[in-house]
Formats: sequence, C-alpha cells, structure tokens
Amino acid sequence: MWEQSIRDKSFERRLFRARAIVAAVFVLIALGCLAWRMTYLQVTLHDKYRDLSENNRVQIRPVAPNRGLIYDRNGVLLAENIPAYSLTLVPERVKDMEDTLAFLDDLIGIDERDLEQFEKRRSYRRRPFEPVVLRQRLNEEEIAAVMVNRFYLPGVDVEAQLIRHYPLGEAFAHVLGYVGRINQKDQEKIERDDDNKRRYSATSHIGKTGIERRYESLLHGEVGYEKVETNARGRLLRTLERDNPQPGSDLTLHLDSRLQLLASELLDGRRGAVVAIEVETGGILTLYSNPGFDPNAFVTGISYADYEALTNNPDKPLFDRATRGTYPPASTLKPFVGLAALQAGATSWNYAIRDPGWFQLENDERFYRDWKREGHGKVDLETAVVESCDTYFYDVAVRMGIDNLTPFLGQFGFGRDMSADVISAVAGILPDRDWKRSTGRGPWYPGDTVNLGIGQGFMTVTPLQLATATAVLANRGRWEVPRLLASENNEAVILPHGDIPDVELNSPGDWEKMYTAMEHVITGRHGTARALQRNLDFPIAGKTGTAQVVGIDQDAEYDSEALQERLRDHAWFMAFAPVEKPQIAIAVIVENGESSGRTAAPIAQAVINKYLGGAEG
Amino acid sequence: MANRDFSRTISTPAQHHTFDQNGAAFKRLHIDLILFLLILLLCGTGLLILYSGSGQEIGMVKRQAIHFGIGLTAMIITAQIPPRLFQLIAPWALGFGSLLLVGVLVAGVGAKGAQRWLDLPGPLPRFQPSELVKLALPLAVAWFMAKRPVPPRFRDLIQALIIIMVPTVLILKQPDLGTSILISASGLLVLFFAGMSWWLIISMIGIVAAMAPMMWFFVMHAYQKQRVLTFLNPESDPLGSGWNIIQSKTAIGSGGIHGKGYLQGTQSQLEFLPESHTDFIIAVLAEEHGLIGVCLLLALYAMIILRCLYISSRCETLFGRLLSGSMSVTFFIYVFVNIGMVSGILPVVGVPLPLVSYGGTSVVSLLLGFGLIMSMYTHRQRK
Repeated sequence: MWEQSIRDKSFERRLFRARAIVAAVFVLIALGCLAWRMTYLQVTLHDKYRDLSENNRVQIRPVAPNRGLIYDRNGVLLAENIPAYSLTLVPERVKDMEDTLAFLDDLIGIDERDLEQFEKRRSYRRRPFEPVVLRQRLNEEEIAAVMVNRFYLPGVDVEAQLIRHYPLGEAFAHVLGYVGRINQKDQEKIERDDDNKRRYSATSHIGKTGIERRYESLLHGEVGYEKVETNARGRLLRTLERDNPQPGSDLTLHLDSRLQLLASELLDGRRGAVVAIEVETGGILTLYSNPGFDPNAFVTGISYADYEALTNNPDKPLFDRATRGTYPPASTLKPFVGLAALQAGATSWNYAIRDPGWFQLENDERFYRDWKREGHGKVDLETAVVESCDTYFYDVAVRMGIDNLTPFLGQFGFGRDMSADVISAVAGILPDRDWKRSTGRGPWYPGDTVNLGIGQGFMTVTPLQLATATAVLANRGRWEVPRLLASENNEAVILPHGDIPDVELNSPGDWEKMYTAMEHVITGRHGTARALQRNLDFPIAGKTGTAQVVGIDQDAEYDSEALQERLRDHAWFMAFAPVEKPQIAIAVIVENGESSGRTAAPIAQAVINKYLGGAEG
Repeated sequence: MANRDFSRTISTPAQHHTFDQNGAAFKRLHIDLILFLLILLLCGTGLLILYSGSGQEIGMVKRQAIHFGIGLTAMIITAQIPPRLFQLIAPWALGFGSLLLVGVLVAGVGAKGAQRWLDLPGPLPRFQPSELVKLALPLAVAWFMAKRPVPPRFRDLIQALIIIMVPTVLILKQPDLGTSILISASGLLVLFFAGMSWWLIISMIGIVAAMAPMMWFFVMHAYQKQRVLTFLNPESDPLGSGWNIIQSKTAIGSGGIHGKGYLQGTQSQLEFLPESHTDFIIAVLAEEHGLIGVCLLLALYAMIILRCLYISSRCETLFGRLLSGSMSVTFFIYVFVNIGMVSGILPVVGVPLPLVSYGGTSVVSLLLGFGLIMSMYTHRQRK
C-alpha cells in the first residue's frame, strides 16, 4: 500500500515534469513568435513605420504669402495689409459650443452678425482642427478679456493675422475692388489647377473684383512652408523648419489719388462717374463711380443686412458706372461724327446749312428737332460743334450714311471694350445694320442714322469708353489702350496694345481744326460750356452732352420741373487739355444732371486743373 | 523521509552552493529567492516604462509603486500560508466568487455596456469579482483533481469541466470575453498538468475551433465583433477603432532595433499612442528601447515563467503542482495575449501587460498568485 503510494507519487511527478517541459517548450516557442513578430515590425517594416511616425509628428504647414501692396502714381498707398486680431475657435476642442459662445458674448460681445458669419464659416470645408474665426478686429481690451479667461475657454484663441485694408475706402472701391474670403466657388476654381491649389493652400482671401481680382496672380505671391511638430490633438509644439513665403508683387497704378478723391468730393450727393486718362500713355488717372461703398466691409465678410442695404439702395452704390454704366453719348459724339463726315467728304469746314430748328428726311413727315427750338440760323461745322447744333449733324449723318459713320466711330473704340486691364469694363453699343438686324430690331432706317448723328438712339457708351475716345482724339488718332497698371515692383509693365489701328485722317489738319472748335465750346460766346470761362486756368477743348432718359414726344414741351428728378436728362462732358499739347482726357457723366455746363463740365474742369496744376494745385 | 531524499537527487548543481544556501535560507522564509528577484526586476522595469508611458507623470508612478508594495506584501504573506489551508478553502472560494459573479449580473455597475464591478458599502473600493475568480478557479480545479487518480478519468474530467464552465459562463454574461477565456484557460491548464490525455486535448481544441463561428453569431456582442473586425483590418477604420492598433504598430515599428531613447518616443510622448500607460505600454518600450528592449523584457518574462514551471515541478503535493503549473502558464498567457494584441497578431481584448501596465487590481492579484506558487513550493507537507 505504502509502496504503491510511493510509485504513484513518483509517477505523478514524472507525468507532471513531462507536461511542464511541454509547457516550457510551448512558452518559449510562443515568446519566440512574439520576438519574431516584433522583429518583423521593428526591422523589416521599420522604414514604413518610421515614416508613419514622422508623418504623425511632423506636419508640413503652408504659410500664406503677404499680398502685394497697391500704390497710386504718386506712391500713395491704396491697399495695404494691416495686423488684426481675430477671435478663433477650434470646434473640435470646444467642449460646449453654446456655453462658450454665451461666455464670449458676456466678455466681449458677439452680435448676430458675428454668429451668422461664424456658422457660415463653420459649415465650409476645412481641415480638422483648423480654427474658425468668430470675431475680427479685436481691440486690446477685448484681447485681454479673452486671454485672462482662456483657462475656461478651451479651443478659443486670439490669432494675429494680416488683413487687407483700403485706407482711402469708398473713393477706390470700384476700381481697386476688394478681397474676400475664399468661398466654395473660388475654391473649386482654384482646385481645378494643381499649381494654384498648392499656391493657395494657406490663403484665406482672394481678389473678388476690380484690380484685386484682375491682378490676383501678381498680388498673391508664392506660398511658403513650415515644418511643425504637433501632438495627437493637433496642437503646435514647435517649428522645425521654415521656408518663407514670397510676398506678392507691389503694384503701382496710373491712378492719381488726388484726382480720384476730388472726383469723389465733387460727385458727392450725385450719381455719376469721372474717367480721366493720360493722353500719352493711356494710363487711367481717375476711374470713379459715385456713390461708392466701403470695400473694407467686404474683407472681413459683410452681413446680409448691410449687403441688402447696399443692393436695395436706389442709387446702386455697388454698380460701377464708370465701366459698366452705358448711356447714350448724346452730343459728346458730335466731334467724332464731324470728323467722320469730313473723312467721308459729306462736309467740309466751309460747308454751312440754315437751321430752322428742325430736320426732315425726304419723303418723311417726321420732325427731328434741334434742342434750340428756334434754330441756330446759318451753321458751319465749327459753330455746330460750339453750339451743339443738332440739325447740322442730322444732316451730315444722313448725307454720309450709316455705312460711313459706324466704321469711323468704331475706330475710336466705341462698341468694344478696349481696356487692357479694367476687368469690369463693358462694350456699349455701336449700332449698324447688322447689329440692328441681329438683335431683332428689324432693318436699318434712315431715321436711325439721324438719331445716331447726335449720339442718341441705339448707341450707348460707358464713361470709360468716352474718355478713351477723347484721349485718342486728343492724341491725333494715335491709340494707347486705357490701362491701370503702371509698374510691378517698380518695374514698368508693358501691357499688350489693343489690335486697333491708329485713326488716320485724309486731312490731318482736321485734328487741330476740331480741337479749335472744341476749345470754342468753352471760350466761345455761344459755347455750350462757356460757364467754364470763369475758372479757365488751362486751355480746354471739350464737348457737352445731354442724354435723354426718356423719349420725349416730338411735339411735346419739355418741362423739367414736372419730371421726377430721376427722369431728368443725364449731363455729359468730355474734354482734354491743354489744347496745344493734350495731357489729360476726361469724360464726366452726372446722372439726371440736366445741364452739362452747370454740372458735368465744372467737375471735368476741376479735375483737369488739379492735374495740370501739379502738386501746388 | 523518502520524499526528502528524492527531492535532493534533483537539486541544483554544486557550483551554486552559496547562492543555493541563501536560497535555502529564503526558502525557510517561504520565499523563492530567484523568483522574488526576477519579480522585483520586472516591477522596477515596469515603473521605469510607466514613467514614460504615463507622459512622465510621477504621481502615477508613485501610485503604482504603492500597488507593488501592497502586492509584494500580500505575496509574502500568502507564501507563509500552508497549502493545506488553500486546499481547504478552494471550493468555498470558488463558490463565493461565483455568487459574487451572479451578484454582478444582478446589481453590478460598469461601463461601455458591460457590468463588471460590485459597489461595496462604505469606504471600500469598487470590486471586480472576476479578479477573485481568477485565483479561485485554478484553486478549485486543482483541489478537485488532486483528490482524483492521475491521469484523470474521463468522468472526473467532465466534472472538472462543469466546475470550469460555471464561472466562465457567468463572466461571459457580463460580458467579458477576454477574462472568461483567460479564466477557463487557467482551469483547463490544471487538467493539462493533471495528465489529461493528448487525444482528448486535441479533440477539445477541435471542438473549440468548430464552436468559434457559433460564438460569433450567438454569443459575441457587437463591440466584441467590432474588435475582431478591427483586428483583421485595422485600416478599415483608421480614426475610429483601428486607431489604437495602427498607432501601436507605428510606435513599435518606428522604434527599430535600438529605439528612440528613453522618454524620446514621439508616438508615446506626443499622445498619438492611446492607453500608453495601461494596455499598450509595451509599445512605449518598443518605441523607446527598440527590439533590444523588447527582447530583454521577453527574456525576463521567460525566466519568470520557466522558474515558476521549475519550482512547480518541485512542489511536494499534486495540488501544489497543478495549481502552480496552471498559474505559471496563465501568467504567460497574459503576457502573450497583451503583446500579441499590441503588436497586431491578436484582437484587442483589454488584457494588461503583467506588472508593467498601470493598475492596482491586476498588480495585486498577479503578485498574490506568485505568493501562492511560493507557498506551494516552500511548504513541507507534514506527515
């Protein structure tokens, strides 16, 4: 029994030892498997995981370049980048959005507009942990209030960034345009091009209108990069490497801020536009439309309410009259019609008519009235220009015919957008037989030619077009396309010249004769702009124009008193100076200004005087 | 007397005479010196890794050191208790533990859809009955098998399997698949050491393999299935449930052979690696000390397990051998499951790395286990 027990015990031990050895071998094999697995990860796949780990830790972040500055011709800053402090939230890190917003409202005040913009920005596509702006342009007290309470505000931060600023505000709103936050549409456009996608990877704003949009590619600059170390929650720990961005080009425009501001001042309370061009270069000195708006409001994002106020304003401040407003050129077209008639041989400087105050086509009983009911009496070309005799131009227009008139006018850029870099410019209408038929208005009638003779009827021009044509006229037919950009980083920019040939007259002396006639518009006893004689610092050649807003019944009395202000005629004035050696050409329109001599012409004269008067003027 | 003679014939070689004498002295204190030193080395290593894995939070390291203090004290005390006492309380411990498990199902608290804790009254901490059962089940199965002839008869095996099934099913109900597998393994290992025949072992493995698909459809919960799916293809959900395993593999792989240096692991220190102080702490070691560090730690574990198996084989009683053998290999399973999970060869089941991962309960119950092994080895059976 005892023996048996011992044998059992030793059998038990041997059995256990056998099992323990099996277990030990199994354990060693299994641990060996783990070691083999670790070797696989740490040796075989080491390179892969080293890269993955680096990618985790190190992020390449694009750095936005500083946008190029914009100057006027005198070096006055028109668009700059100013530091601004924005309150940002990283939604991923904010614990309770409602509480946080309420607390921030207590601290620094968050209005409806901010909230609305914030929600909008939040809904855009963005990188994870990318901060979203809640309020912009914090002052120092507000920054302090937020920073002191930062502990209670996880995910809230104050960020310094450069934002675009237009120091001269309204006066340059249309011509410079503005930058705004890149929206989804912009983003899609950017992403169509891989190179652009890279260049804009850190950019938040893009040129939306005007020069900002036209020269976006020059102003933007080249994106830079920085290598930063971040933790798993995306918090930046340190910058490892930095490849600085290359700022955008600084642009100098032909614009003269003195003239632009003057135009803004003189048009105050009116609707209208002033366009002035340097005759020799085609450089645009003034491109102003009134009323304007504050472009700075668009940079940080304009609220619906403010935007609606702008769009509902009957004066249409967002509408750029200088480049997009199309008006009948009216009598300002007469010098061009006169030259056309001379060129076509339909008239000469000696040819005169007797004006009874009306004109009639053969076999047509319709009366085409002169603005002067009793007529101008005996009128030659110069008198017709000086006194703006309608009957004379009805007559020559009909005698030269539309097929001579339209092509000649076309040489001055009417009916086309000749500008080199005015992004918003439209072409206006230069009517001819094809145009009338193709627009469904039927065949061309002689009556249409009669109307075109005095710049009425189908034809429309923009102030920019009229100023351009005036510059070409002042330049003896030599073309310089209107342009805004003068130099990039202080190096003159050569813009492609338009494909339009210079205007050649059969008798080049006609230029000077027309200049004289136009000078007499101001200096003549019956000149329609004789009101300018009072401030005549420089000899000016010009032409008035009165564009009808509504067709007046041919026999009806024109009673401006009875008409609403907005039904009054638009007042035009086009001019260049000095007459001997023209430097500046200008076109001014004052909507419903009625009398060119009293409204548009003095504005043009003031701008000319300021320009030619130099610094002391 | 014969027993003593027998044990001397297989004693350690003579060149370790002095050490052996020291060892013998410790043995009278019911401590196995070699195992004790290996455990201290592991605890020390664990604290160093934890300092890095916790994001250099010294407070956590101190708390873990206190856990070690409590655990080592419990281990020494446990080692003093004669095995006979454990043999006496074994069935009652399992019965009590199973009752508590029922209590958990009825009134337990927990998180993530699983009930695992019992709230004790007053100042007592929350208690996880499955921790008690981890020790009670191998005790009870060893107690049961020790009274039966060796190798066990089929009838005895069936009865033992029923003993194992009860707590396993109760824990599975919580649901805690990982723990129930580990606990049933500790019971089955007793049967293995008791000499269960190989063909039975093989056919059991076959049955389990056949049941696995059924488990998938009828037993496993959605989050458990998700873990398995994530394990099979972590890249399918890189920011969600796959994140952990991708980041831990990245940490391990980027460590290379030599590692990035202590406290220099970017995955661990920059918080990319989740659970870096608990279940995924081996990735911290792998990232900062490379393959060399991992192999040294694996070697340390191997030495502990082999020492345990060795002293298990030298226990005087069958009960002691079965219990220590089972607990030695269970310890290995913890190591294997944890490292296998972190290195992506096993699904994520939430098993801490023994004596390295932060956590009081796990540290104390593991060290208690070593106390049991030492008790089995060092106590002479009175005739």
